[in-house]
Amino acid sequence: MTTLTITDLHASIGGKKILNGINLTVSSGEVHAVMGPNGAGKSTLSAVVMGKPGYKVTAGSVFLDDIDLLALPTWQRAQAGLHLVMQYPTEVPGVAVVDVMTEAFKARGRTTDDVAQMLRTESARIDFDEAFLERSLNVDLSGGEKKRNETLQLAMLRPRIAILDELDSGLDIDALRDCARRVEDATNQDGLGALVITHYSRLLEELKPDVVHILVKGRIVESGGPELVDVLERDGYAAFESAVPDDEPSALDDLFAGPGTLR
Amino acid sequence: MHSFTPDAVRSLRLADTDSRLAALERFAAATFPTAQDEIWRYSRIAELNLAAYSPGTMSTTITGADSVLTTDELDVSDHSLDLFEDLNEAFASVIRLRIPRGTVLDEPIVITHVLQGSGGACFPRLDIDAGDDSEVTVIERFMSADDVTGIVMPVLHVRARQAARVKYLAINELGSSVWQIANQQSVGERDSTTLLSAVALGGDYARVRTHAKLVGQGSSTRQVALYFADGSQTHDFRITQEHIAPKTSADLLFKGAVNDVARSVYTGLIKIGPDARGTQAFQTNRNLTLSDGAWAESVPNLEIETNDVKCSHASTVGPIDEDQRFYLESRGIQPDIAERLVVLGFFDEVLGQLPTGGLAADLRLRISRKLHQAMVPA
Repeated sequence: MTTLTITDLHASIGGKKILNGINLTVSSGEVHAVMGPNGAGKSTLSAVVMGKPGYKVTAGSVFLDDIDLLALPTWQRAQAGLHLVMQYPTEVPGVAVVDVMTEAFKARGRTTDDVAQMLRTESARIDFDEAFLERSLNVDLSGGEKKRNETLQLAMLRPRIAILDELDSGLDIDALRDCARRVEDATNQDGLGALVITHYSRLLEELKPDVVHILVKGRIVESGGPELVDVLERDGYAAFESAVPDDEPSALDDLFAGPGTLR
Repeated sequence: MHSFTPDAVRSLRLADTDSRLAALERFAAATFPTAQDEIWRYSRIAELNLAAYSPGTMSTTITGADSVLTTDELDVSDHSLDLFEDLNEAFASVIRLRIPRGTVLDEPIVITHVLQGSGGACFPRLDIDAGDDSEVTVIERFMSADDVTGIVMPVLHVRARQAARVKYLAINELGSSVWQIANQQSVGERDSTTLLSAVALGGDYARVRTHAKLVGQGSSTRQVALYFADGSQTHDFRITQEHIAPKTSADLLFKGAVNDVARSVYTGLIKIGPDARGTQAFQTNRNLTLSDGAWAESVPNLEIETNDVKCSHASTVGPIDEDQRFYLESRGIQPDIAERLVVLGFFDEVLGQLPTGGLAADLRLRISRKLHQAMVPA
């Protein structure tokens, strides 16, 4: 049993406050959805927890069980069992996913003998074209292929807690279903705890959340069961937004998110 | 005073002593270059002390060339690029390859020079005359043991006759105390294609000046290089692509990395003459600076005398992309290994285009080892 505990997390980028005291607890086997409008701080939350450069934590803590994640560099956070599925996976020319998985296995002291076989098996499971295994990471991949590639790596690395940053952005319905089901399987079979960041409910029809959190202006303003998704579908974010004083403009999510995809 | 004298040339006791003495005279009469000269800007020419060297010895092996080696004078080039090319002519150990018309050599010719002793100056010269519609690949390796000091001043002359296909690769695996000042010239006749490529890993100051001339309509050259300097090494490339005839094309991709306090220089000139209508010329130079003390210079230039051309150049100098590093580290990969993956990936594009024969895996391993040395502090 593993628990990710985020306590009173405040963070800023370029002197601008984005997160204003986040509290979240995700344990093995659970699926937590974090939903919020553009600029609420969703991507910042995932970036800060994984340790992306450029963000400053000004208060609060993030623990994986008793490991103080904020004290560790990114690679050690990953080795401790944390994983980030990126909204816009970075292109790395000349580096293939098989190279990355081989080094990632070595770094964890796992045998690399079965990397190739595992990659084939996992690729087949999410309908990811094996031809991409030897090609440059994310270069010339469609949105759907990139997310299958991200999901493939999640399946290979078997983290204890994964943050999925808008797994549903830029991908078609088939890819969405394949990726979501693979993550759902991991939560059921391997006890993966998932923090699913999204602003559409479609993903959550495939990847059933136990808890839904609503993030507005850098704060969790409401937490509840799956029924909260229906409230959002009906009323939108407006009702939740108006409940929060507009003291901190925090629309810097887009800075992190990068260009190009429909949001 | 240095020991590159007429007596030293005479003591070689070669049949062409007169023309060698003439070349030595041109060398002696020339003004010694300084870093104020544009073509030597950023170079370390001021550090060169010829008096520290004397004519030296190297061992040279050639494989795959038996049918095309010749002692005949070849009509490859009629001028020299600078005084070091003249000095080379005076003391040269010459290899001449004549590929007969229509001949296709399936296997690459591999020439390996290993510098011997210390304080020696070596002057390998390679002439390649590729006949009409012939095809040849030549790999020339320059090597020395790590404790050897010396200087090598190689010269390459290539003539690709009508529709000939020539591929050339120079691999610099010199020890880190050896200097290199290389001059290369190629001439492309009608519909010929010439690939001039280089891998530079070794040397202290290692310079290559290349002048690729397209004199025949429809001829093309491609230039590709991979260079990686660490410690206090300097890699220095001076490229001119000269388009004389119509409908010629040239493409260039140079990728380099510098670490520690190493330096690299790339200057590339695309020169398009008044008759070179319908010409295309592209240059791309990308550099990774792997440490704060490392320095890379990239200077692309265009000189165009006709309107009907398509040209572009791109150059970048910068550290490893932070997002790429973060992506790999988020998979649990240590920073030094993440860097190695990114740098090898960066070079992969070039490695894939080199006519390496069976040497590709070996080269990748050498680069990887060099990265490992450079990135994991002892």
